[in-house]
Amino acid sequence: MASTIRVRATATGDTTEVQALIQHPMDSGYVKDAKGQLIPPHFIQQLTFEHNGKTVFLADWGPAVSKDPYVKFAFKGGAKGDDLKISWTDNKGASDSLTAKIQ
Amino acid sequence: MRVRHILRPLAAAIAAAALTCAAASAIAAETPADPAADAKAFQKYFTDKFPKVKYEDFVNGPYSMNEDMRKQWQEIEQFPPYEFALDAGKEMFSKPFKNGKTYADCFPNGGIGIRQNYPYFDEKEGKVVTLELALNRCREANGEAPISYVKDDMASLTAYMAYTSRGKPMSIKIPNDPRALAAYEDGKRYFYTRRGQLNFSCASCHVQSPGEHIRAETLAPALGILNAMPIYRSEWSGMGTISRRFTSCNSQTRAVPLEPQSDEYRDLEYYLSYVSNGLPISGPGARP
Repeated sequence: MASTIRVRATATGDTTEVQALIQHPMDSGYVKDAKGQLIPPHFIQQLTFEHNGKTVFLADWGPAVSKDPYVKFAFKGGAKGDDLKISWTDNKGASDSLTAKIQ
Repeated sequence: MRVRHILRPLAAAIAAAALTCAAASAIAAETPADPAADAKAFQKYFTDKFPKVKYEDFVNGPYSMNEDMRKQWQEIEQFPPYEFALDAGKEMFSKPFKNGKTYADCFPNGGIGIRQNYPYFDEKEGKVVTLELALNRCREANGEAPISYVKDDMASLTAYMAYTSRGKPMSIKIPNDPRALAAYEDGKRYFYTRRGQLNFSCASCHVQSPGEHIRAETLAPALGILNAMPIYRSEWSGMGTISRRFTSCNSQTRAVPLEPQSDEYRDLEYYLSYVSNGLPISGPGARP
């Protein structure tokens, strides 16, 4: 299975713009399936972006975030070729991470 | 008894043949079917109605009609929501079946860059064969269970196949076979026939009113509408195939949808693709 994370980070001047797309069902726990059974909650609880080991973006997410979430932000610092590590953990204990190079 | 058993289907066949002949000649008498002229008139209708829209842009559906939506879409396209499906499709496409064969063995050119030739008229079968149908037939021929026509795996597979065909002009052919012409005519009739509680035909929205709103949606022009298939729809929060588009269009006009890949839908796809001949494949697409 390919990574659940897509990321693109571009450095311009002294800021780095980051866009990421994460594949995740983000089930709220309030939706029923075709048989009328509740789909149990399954959502990302924490999302972290680390630049050279230092956290630059930390999000505590809940069930209100939609499926396959998209994130866009910018931070000061970061240069071409630096490492940017993205990781998430969800309420079922699953996680994924990916390290990308800033372009 | 035996004789009667043989005779009955025979009589039915003769009656059916007579009926088709009668129907075919009736159509021929009223309006001589000329798909090439149809397609030209169809395309002219849209270019006259929207003189500012660049011709190739019609495949981008509502974005060709609405500047704000186009800007949002361009942002979306930097990180297209169909990317996950594309990757899944690529993986499925190259993964061998239990018997060691792959999808590539079922298609000309290994299935790469051939989306623009579908649907085609199969003269052996006497019916229209769509890409979705061909994919499931490929599975069945290799001892695999068929998959749902409307979303998920089927959408991923067609997304990948469309992606490898991007930019190629749609080139649907109508062979010199009365049955092919009849399929085209049936598809055209389906497209223009009103149905459902709301009494809408496909054309009511997609020919008469593209660019207009139906609730919050901007209606897409019928010209080039299939070139962008399959699509990721934010409304569905997922991918959908041509089958899904047809069935949900039907239910939205409060008509009873047909079974995916029924003869009517196959003919409809044939007609609708034919009149978009020449426009580039742009699928998979992203729609609100």
